[in-house]
Amino acid sequence: MCSIVLRFGGAVETHRSSSGKLFVGCSCFTVHLLYVWQRGLRVADQVRRSPLYIPASGSWERLEAQSVFMMAGRQQSTQQWVEKYRPKQVKDVAYQDEVVKTLTNTLETGNLPHLLFYGPPGTGKTSTALALAHQLFGPALYKSRVLELNASDDRGINVVRTKIKDFAAIAVGNSHTAPDYPCPPFKIIILDEADSMTEDAQNALRRTMETYSKVTRFCFICNYVSRIIEPLASRCAKYRFKPLNEDIMTIRVRHVCQEEGIQLSPEALSTLSKVSGGDLRRAITVLQSAARLYGSSISGANIISVSGVVPDDVLDSFVAACKSGQFDKAQAVVSNIIAEGYPASQILNQLFDIVVSSPDITDEQKARILERIAETDKALIDGADEFLQLLDVASNTLGALCNLSQELTAF
Amino acid sequence: MLWVDKYRPHTLDKVMVHMEEAQHLKNLIALGDCPHLLFYGPSGAGKKTLIMALLREMYGPGAEKVKVENKPWKVEAGTRKLEIDLTTVSSNYHVEFSPSDAGFQDRYVVQEIIKDMAKSRPLDVAGTKGFKVLVLNEVDKLSREAQHSLRRTMEKYSSACRLILCCNSASKVIEAIRSRCLNIRISAPTKEDIVSVMQHVAKKENLQLPMGLAGRIALQSNRNLRAALLSFEACYVQQYPFSENQAVQATDWEQYVTEIANDIVTEQSPKRLFQVRGKLYELLSNCIPPEIILKRLLVELMRKLDSELKREVCHWAAHYEHRMQLGQKAIFHLEAFVAKFMSIYKRFLIANFG
Repeated sequence: MCSIVLRFGGAVETHRSSSGKLFVGCSCFTVHLLYVWQRGLRVADQVRRSPLYIPASGSWERLEAQSVFMMAGRQQSTQQWVEKYRPKQVKDVAYQDEVVKTLTNTLETGNLPHLLFYGPPGTGKTSTALALAHQLFGPALYKSRVLELNASDDRGINVVRTKIKDFAAIAVGNSHTAPDYPCPPFKIIILDEADSMTEDAQNALRRTMETYSKVTRFCFICNYVSRIIEPLASRCAKYRFKPLNEDIMTIRVRHVCQEEGIQLSPEALSTLSKVSGGDLRRAITVLQSAARLYGSSISGANIISVSGVVPDDVLDSFVAACKSGQFDKAQAVVSNIIAEGYPASQILNQLFDIVVSSPDITDEQKARILERIAETDKALIDGADEFLQLLDVASNTLGALCNLSQELTAF
Repeated sequence: MLWVDKYRPHTLDKVMVHMEEAQHLKNLIALGDCPHLLFYGPSGAGKKTLIMALLREMYGPGAEKVKVENKPWKVEAGTRKLEIDLTTVSSNYHVEFSPSDAGFQDRYVVQEIIKDMAKSRPLDVAGTKGFKVLVLNEVDKLSREAQHSLRRTMEKYSSACRLILCCNSASKVIEAIRSRCLNIRISAPTKEDIVSVMQHVAKKENLQLPMGLAGRIALQSNRNLRAALLSFEACYVQQYPFSENQAVQATDWEQYVTEIANDIVTEQSPKRLFQVRGKLYELLSNCIPPEIILKRLLVELMRKLDSELKREVCHWAAHYEHRMQLGQKAIFHLEAFVAKFMSIYKRFLIANFG
């Protein structure tokens, strides 16, 4: 048996010649054939508008397009660890005990309500949804039973009216069931990042959800449950995913390090969990970037430089300059920060943490500083200049810390 | 040929600043593969130089044979069909363009180019298919929609094409893109770095460069290597052999802004405001970006100010610059800032000196 995975579409023609050889030709410009010979030899090849000869004898096994990368020999280096270590089963999802318990129950009974997963990024929402779908249907039925849409696919109201509705309306037969899997008689539509859907699009979904509830279950995934309109939220069973605590994070990161053969010092490990703030995906991405850039032994400083977090001493000098009450000093620090290329938004984030947790700043001072940080954040999003905005924050922080008057001249 | 271009390092081994970063980049592509990259840092720090050196390291000298192309792209956007004229710089291995050239259609253009690149992938010696590199300049100017549509495109075509993104401020690139790339911060070279690079150039050109002059050029450049080399060359044209205390020419627009600052401080009146408007218009019509004018003007004014006033003036500068980004016509906001400054300054003078 031979199967062909097409990357860029185009029709494939196959025919068997009289001598028993199989020819494969294609009409599109570039086609990749990804296949695995059963003997274990892995070959990836490319056809450029010319027929490729494949021996008819021997057997072939299909590989998932996702898991094979373009360069057979370089597979390891290109695959994202986030994908590689994504939990394959619902029970493997870390830390979300209540969710896992309920869903495992569902897996046994095959009875599923509409789902709404919400929580901060990197806590396992998408992983849970995908694992659930895989466990319910298995690889054979997955394609036909699950529709996965995320924010970067076009998801305007037209898509809801056509694509989603059409998929939802398809009846499910009982004939094609895979053994070993529950295969309940419905399809699943996974809408990732549902909070970025427009309100109109969400409204258009309401009726669809009810009409086809016999054959279709929806699974919404979002960061902010408040951005899902109430009628949709009330139709779903809600599950909150909480940020991972440090212990769990450490265990998972250690596991990845072990598998990939990476030396991570305890200090680097704690930096990593601090930097990622309960976001496991971020932690693993940072780890992979650091491994790519610095090789297999990674220090805390390496983690910091890859993650884009500003080192603490930079912020310390910022705060110290503001405390000194000398404007020129503060201006020099700000120009330096900009010249070093640190992103202003990141500085604001970290400054916020420092100010809030600092014991020797009074509440009133904190209020003054934080108000300006908030305004500056908005200005930065509007595209204002980083130097001027940061200088403004510095001058305001300076004023607050030295209890200078806040009043501005009116016209 | 300008010295800036003449002495631009072409390989990762030859770079003189950011040697550490260069070494890391070399390790990164040693395996023959690289992730998407995002370079960010102030201008004149060497982002572009590193990127070009990296491309050369990956593909050999062929990557430097670039051609500038201007061709119309036909894009199907939903129901409409658009035709967008676009200038790209490309070699056999990479394509480079600034999305800001495409205006508000940028999202379609980015996708279309990536799709086009995926169709013509280079083959390497071993016969394995490689990937092309798309260098996107000024990603921070890319519209939000384009950035969002980029994230899916990045994943979908990751086998055929790698993106190297280049921008000044990472804050303006959405988190989703930043997290998909390996972020590389390129800091501006320090004063010492700039001096040593200038000495290197001087040696190659057989010139005697006094340390004092080199130091002052470096200081005036504001840690911008390109600006430093340009003004170094300008000094050379002006007077050689160099003298230790030779004046370093500021660029003419900078002198002009200094002049404006002087005007504002010496007199605060509607008449003067009118004159200043004329000068600001002059700067704008010479294509100096308004935010640069405002920044420079603030720095100049700060030098002449009492420390009491600095905080307030700086607040208003930030305020009007923000408004300028939201608004349409820069001159309104520049002038508003000048008027505000005059009012604050005059009030201060009256209160203190009567």
